[in-house]
Amino acid sequence: MYHMTSMTDPHQGQFRLSMLFNDTRYRSLTYQAIAAILLALAIWYLANNLVQNLRTAGLNISFDFLRDSAGYDINQRLIEYDSQSTHARAAIVGILNTLLVSFLACITATIFGVIAGVLRLSNNWLVSKLMSVYVEIFRNIPVLIWIIIIFTIMTAVMPAPRAFRGDTPEATMLLDMFAFTNRGVYIPGPYFTAPLFASAFLNWVLVLAVLAGSLFATRRMARWATGVQEQTGVRPTTWYFTLAMWIVPVGLLLMVMGLAWEIPALKGFNFKGGIKIGGALIALWFALSIYTGAFIAENVRAGIQAISKGQTEAAGALGLRPRRTMNLVVLPQALRVIIPPLISHYLNITKNSSLAIAVGYADVTATLGGITLNQTGRAIECVLLLMAFYLTISLLISVGMNFYNKSVKLEER
Amino acid sequence: MKKSAFLGALTVASIAASAAVAQDVSTLDQVKERGKLNCGVTTGLVGFAAPDANGQWKGFDVGVCRAVAAAVLGDANAVEFVPTTGKTRFTALASGEIDMLARNTTWTFSRDVDLKFEFVGINYYDGQGFMVSKDLGASSAKELDGATVCIQTGTTTELNLADFFRANDMSYEPVPIETNAEAQQQYLAGACDVYTTDASGLAATRATFEDPSAHILLPEIISKEPLGPLVRHGDNNWGDIVRWTLNALIAAEELGVTSANIGELGASAGANPEVNRLLGTEGTLGEMLGLDAEWAKRAIMAGGNYGELFAKNIGEETPIALARGLNAQWTEGGLLYAPPFR
Repeated sequence: MYHMTSMTDPHQGQFRLSMLFNDTRYRSLTYQAIAAILLALAIWYLANNLVQNLRTAGLNISFDFLRDSAGYDINQRLIEYDSQSTHARAAIVGILNTLLVSFLACITATIFGVIAGVLRLSNNWLVSKLMSVYVEIFRNIPVLIWIIIIFTIMTAVMPAPRAFRGDTPEATMLLDMFAFTNRGVYIPGPYFTAPLFASAFLNWVLVLAVLAGSLFATRRMARWATGVQEQTGVRPTTWYFTLAMWIVPVGLLLMVMGLAWEIPALKGFNFKGGIKIGGALIALWFALSIYTGAFIAENVRAGIQAISKGQTEAAGALGLRPRRTMNLVVLPQALRVIIPPLISHYLNITKNSSLAIAVGYADVTATLGGITLNQTGRAIECVLLLMAFYLTISLLISVGMNFYNKSVKLEER
Repeated sequence: MKKSAFLGALTVASIAASAAVAQDVSTLDQVKERGKLNCGVTTGLVGFAAPDANGQWKGFDVGVCRAVAAAVLGDANAVEFVPTTGKTRFTALASGEIDMLARNTTWTFSRDVDLKFEFVGINYYDGQGFMVSKDLGASSAKELDGATVCIQTGTTTELNLADFFRANDMSYEPVPIETNAEAQQQYLAGACDVYTTDASGLAATRATFEDPSAHILLPEIISKEPLGPLVRHGDNNWGDIVRWTLNALIAAEELGVTSANIGELGASAGANPEVNRLLGTEGTLGEMLGLDAEWAKRAIMAGGNYGELFAKNIGEETPIALARGLNAQWTEGGLLYAPPFR
C-alpha cells in the first residue's frame, strides 16, 4: 500500500493513506464515501430492527389479505363494489376516489388561482384588496381546518332530506331538479333510452371519442386558418364552423342514443335517482381548491410581475387593449415562471386529499389505510402500499407537468 | 486511529441494535419501573371512559384500569390514560405504547388469534343496536332500507352492519366517522338517519343529548359484542394479572365483598375461605401472580366491586340507565361467572 504508485499520472507522487484526508484531490471523495457507508449502516440497522422485531412478535409480511373479502361497504364508488368484494377492490375504489377529488381540485384551484392572481394586480383598489384578503386568509389557515369548517357548515346549515317531505315542506328543490341537502347535492343524471352498447360505460366512451374527434378537427381548422393568415394577412372567419364541429356530431349521437335525464326524487329516507355529489366530496373538493388556489394566486402574481413592464408598454404601443395584452403577451411568458411551482401545488393537492377521512370521504387512505388496515391488522403492508401509491401518482403528475413545462419553455437557439 | 474510532462507532451501533431488538423485559417490570400503568381507553364515551369537568378520567372501563394499577402499583391513580380511536387502538397495544387496552373492544377470533392479542375476559356483554330519531317513524331495523347510517370506522359494527343489511336484502349508505363525538354531531344534524354502535354506547351517547326522549333505540340487537380488556400476546404473566384483577372484581360482587365492608373483611381471616383467599388473608394467590398478598383487596378498594362500578358509572341510577341484563351475576340469571379463587 505504502509503495503504490499511480500508473496513469506520472506527476503524482507516492500515495500515502493520510492523503485521503489531507489531499484536496481525495478529501471530498473520502468524506462522501464515509457518509455513504454511515447512511447504508443506518438504513440496514433500521430495516434489520424492523425485521427482527416483527419476527419476535411473530408477525410476517404478507399481502394475501388483499384477496380476502373486505366485508365493509363504501358510500362513494366509481366502480362496482359491495361488501363481498376483495380488499384489493376496496383499495381501487379508494384510489379512484382519491384521483377524482384530486383531479377536480387541481382544475378548480387553478381557475381560482389564476383569477385571484390576475385580479390582485388590478388597478381597481377594491378588487385588488379583496383578492389580497382572500389569499392571506385562505393560505394562512391549515387546510384540515378548512375541510372541517366547510363540512360542518354544510351539515348544519343545509336542510336534511326529511325537510323536503310533507305538504308544506321546509325546503324545496331548485327548479324541481336540484336538491341541496346536508348529505350532498342531488342533480339530474343523464341516461340513454336507446343505447348502442349494453354497458353504460361504453356508451360514454363513444361520446368521449366523438368529442375527441371534434377537438382534432377544430385543431386542424385552426392550423389551416393560421396558415392562411400567414400567407395573406387575413384570418378567415371560422368560429361558426368550429361551433358546428363541436355541437353537431355529439348532438346527433346523443339524439340517436336517446339522451334523457333522471330527476332525483325523495323516496324513503333519501333522494333517489340522478347523480349524488356527496357532502364529503364537496367539502374536500372546495376546501382543497380555495386553499391551494390562494397559493397558486401568488404564483400567478409572481409570474406576471416577472415579465418586464416594457412588454406591456410595447404591446400598448402596438394598440393592444389591456385584456389582449394580458392574454397574448404577458400570460404566455408568465407561464414559464408559473408552471414549476404549480407542479408542487398539484402534488400538494393530491397528498392533502388524504385528509379525506376527517369528513368520511372514502379515499385510499380511508379504505386501504383505514378500514382495511384496521380490520386485517396488516399495518405495515397497508402503509407500504399507500406509500407506493402516493409516490407513483406524485411522480406521474411531476413527469406530466414537466413535459408541459418543456413545451412552454423559452426556446433558446 | 480513525479506523479504530470508526470500528468503535460500529460496535456501539450494533450493541444498540441488539438492545432495541430484545424486548424481553416483562410488562410487569416495565410498569413497576415506570411507576405508571399506560391504559388505552376511548377518546370519550360518557359512562365508559371520559374525562370529567376536572380532567379526571371516569367510567366503567376506566375502573378496570384503576383496579389493575391499584393491584400492581398500589395506587389507583397511577394510570396514564391514552385515548385511542377504533383505528389506533390495536397499533397502540401491539407497539407497546400501552400496557393494556380497556376500550369497549369486542372479543373476536381474528383479533385474538390473527392480531396476536389476548382477551383476558369480558367486562360487558353487549350487542349492536340502532338509534333513530322518533320522528323518523321507524319501529324496527328491518324498516331501514335506503337509510344513511353513521358508523364508527374500524369497528366490528362496521362489518355487522354490512352483514345485517345484506342478509335482509336492504340497501344503505354508510357514513364512516372517526370518533363518537363526531358521530353524535352528524347524527344530530340529520346528516345520517341512523347511528349504530354497541347498544351500551348508544345509551351513553343518548344520555348526553339535549332531549334524549326524542330518540329511540330500535329493538333489534344484530350481533354479539362481548367487550373486554386485552393485552399483547407473549407475556402470559401480565395477561394473568389483568385477567384475575377483572375476575377479582366480579368474584367480589358474588361473594358480597364491597368497598364498604372490605376493610373489615380483609383485616383478618374470616369464615368464608374463598373471601380469605381473595383478600390474601389465607393462601398465597398474590405471590403466584408475582404480586403481594393484598393485590385484590387494593383492586376492589380502587372503585368497588364489579356491581359498584356498574351502578356508579352506567347503572340505572345514572343518566345512561343501563339495566344489568346479561351483565348480572350468574346467580341472578346473568352471564358473569368468575372462575374460583383457589
